[in-house]
Amino acid sequence: MLKKWQDLEIGGINFNTRNSFKNVLKSLETGKKPEFNHEFCKNCFLCWVFCPDNAIIIENNMIKGINYDFCKGCGICVTECPVTGVHQPLYIKNDKSES
Amino acid sequence: MITLKELTNKEDLFVSGHGLCPGCGIPVILKLVLRATEYPIVISNATGCLQVASTEFPATSWKLNWIHSSLGNAASTISGIETMYRVLKKQGKLQTDTEIKFLAIVGDGGTNDIGLSSLSGAIERGHDFVYLCYDNQSYANSGGQRSSASPIGTSTSTTPTGKVLPGKLQYKKDITKIIAAHKLPYVAQTAPWNWEDLYTKAKKAFDIEGPAYLNVLNPCPKEWKIPSNKSIELTRIAADTCVWPLYEIEAGKNININYKPENKLPVTEWLKRQNRFKHLLNVENRWIVDEIQNVIDQNWKCLLKQEKRGINN
Amino acid sequence: MEVIDGNFAIAEAIKQIGPDVVISYPQIPSILILESIASFIANGEMDSEFLNVDSDYSAMSACIGVAASGGRVFTATASQGLALMHETLFIASSLRLPIVMGITNRALAAPINFNADHSDSMAQRDSGWIQIFSENSQEAYDNIIQAFKIAENKDVRTPVMVGIDSTFAFNLHENVNVQTNDEILEFENKPDSNYSILDIENPKTVGSFCTPDYFFEHKINQNKGIESSRKVIKDVGREFGDRFNRYYGYFETYKLEDAEFAVILMSSAAGTAKKAVDEMRKKGEKVGLLKLRVFRPFPYKELGESLSNLKSIAVLDRVLTPGTYGGPLFIETMAALYSLEKRPLVYPYIYGLGGRDITLKHIEDIFDDIKKGFNNEKGNFEIKYINLRE
Repeated sequence: MLKKWQDLEIGGINFNTRNSFKNVLKSLETGKKPEFNHEFCKNCFLCWVFCPDNAIIIENNMIKGINYDFCKGCGICVTECPVTGVHQPLYIKNDKSES
Repeated sequence: MITLKELTNKEDLFVSGHGLCPGCGIPVILKLVLRATEYPIVISNATGCLQVASTEFPATSWKLNWIHSSLGNAASTISGIETMYRVLKKQGKLQTDTEIKFLAIVGDGGTNDIGLSSLSGAIERGHDFVYLCYDNQSYANSGGQRSSASPIGTSTSTTPTGKVLPGKLQYKKDITKIIAAHKLPYVAQTAPWNWEDLYTKAKKAFDIEGPAYLNVLNPCPKEWKIPSNKSIELTRIAADTCVWPLYEIEAGKNININYKPENKLPVTEWLKRQNRFKHLLNVENRWIVDEIQNVIDQNWKCLLKQEKRGINN
Repeated sequence: MEVIDGNFAIAEAIKQIGPDVVISYPQIPSILILESIASFIANGEMDSEFLNVDSDYSAMSACIGVAASGGRVFTATASQGLALMHETLFIASSLRLPIVMGITNRALAAPINFNADHSDSMAQRDSGWIQIFSENSQEAYDNIIQAFKIAENKDVRTPVMVGIDSTFAFNLHENVNVQTNDEILEFENKPDSNYSILDIENPKTVGSFCTPDYFFEHKINQNKGIESSRKVIKDVGREFGDRFNRYYGYFETYKLEDAEFAVILMSSAAGTAKKAVDEMRKKGEKVGLLKLRVFRPFPYKELGESLSNLKSIAVLDRVLTPGTYGGPLFIETMAALYSLEKRPLVYPYIYGLGGRDITLKHIEDIFDDIKKGFNNEKGNFEIKYINLRE
């Protein structure tokens, strides 16, 4: 429900904080969905630091996966992941252009 | 030395759900800068991608005190706030041991062009604040127009390449050196690929008393016309080609270069990966590439010399 | 009682109020106000923080910063400086920041000119600021003191600009009743600000981006502040009068009660106009004057009531708004009168641009003019320029 003008704060100040995480963005639909396999992850956290959307889930100091509510599919995590070779912790399914 | 693991344990003051483009470098820069001080931060944000994408009413991505006024006045706005902070302390209305850090966040247009006077004035007055310029080398929020931070040869929406023109015809402003000429306590240039460098410099900037300036290369997939996954990688190439050297200047005197590529790459490695420069690789524009390489080499030499002798010699 | 000019009168008021911060950028002649304040501070007579900034644009931006931090702030400007602030004036009023600014009303270039007219303030009439105009140094002093109380009122929270014609501000020394510091402090009990960007316990986002979903609602919400000021301006003017025996309202009427013909204007020319009214009254003419003090919010109801019974009126604008039918004061007065059942004929005049004189004789001629117009029942309703060589 959108608020009426009478219900807004003076000066249009927004006293809510960090409520944007309620916005579930649909932009992943246009991006490439990264997949995560914890078996091969070395927990270097580079994917975490370079993710523009805070979509790398961390629990108990370990990377647990990807939050697809916020992931926009930019692919940085896959590109910046230092683990290369056949067994990659971050990859894009059926994508020949990425490696 | 901080580790990424330690950083993951710090609270996010800028959260998900913002509308910045896939692959945008701004949130990466923020993630590191906002973690670089233990003290509460008050932010003055100029109009631009970040402001628009993070505060679409009634949503906001910020968990701290944040104000936006207009495009060219983030530095003068924060100088008013910082002044009032000092006044409240003087009046005893704020405890003297209360510590707040002040941060202005502005894009390259708001820094190099419309806000330069406001920034220069705030530094000259000596306010205790950090100014963070995220330089994506164009007015990205309004659709990718030329700014005075766009490099020579860039195809932008207001300097398009055509049958007779090869894009922007002028050199990029050397804003880091321009600001350094104010002889303020701390000036640094950095880029997100080297997260440790970025974090360390932000920490120094917050810790130091008086004005500090951070010039951060911000990859913009939309205006650089690159695949979104390559954005961080490109900032690394910018350092390896010496297009964007990482250095810092302390007290207007000592200059430290924080990254020296073992194998300095030719500028074509930087140009060929971005469609905004694609036309430069045509034969008829060869002279522009030579010119760019020439200037980069000169600048790099100059930096190395300055590191040895100090900036004023 | 002190013999001072308008600039010093404003500086004196600021010294007594003692804002947290004073922001300064030089414009002629408003800088004289700021220079006086700087010397008060240099001599330890007041302890506000004084900030010299790099432009008028930065000056208003720094005011926004101080006010958004809950501080009391003052600045002064004129002419080109006010024009350069334009963008930030809207932001200050939209963020509902109670900034007070002194304006030494001066012509806008080109050509550049250092003398009085209202083109600077009038160009900002839709910026959302409360606009108060002063006839002389005494009024400038009184208006500045009232301005803080109006701006900071919880229902208002809207910035105020107080204008004085630069001629007066400059060098015209007059007797000014200056209240004691204690009297002023008692009058100005500053209420808490409704938000502060320095209140770190309560994080907030100030100056959001807004889509069409909310923009309209934000603007109407903002308008509530200046609309609420109508009552507050009246109350503050009455309280000021009760304390100091100088009463203020939206406007001052002079021999208007039984008048048939009247002149409407603002600021310093009212002095000359009062003399003209006196002279004509001696000859038995039923003439009067209405001097508007508050231009924003425009007191259309009260103005309409005061003018409806007149036969004809001349509205004198000290600004040229090219391409319009009459100046802003004329247009607003016409709008206030049009829906009334009984209303006078209204004639537009432009005078005093860039410091051009207006004399007793000119005003008497205007009265003759509108009287003739009424008696002929036709008259000439085209804009007339006073004291223009043609």
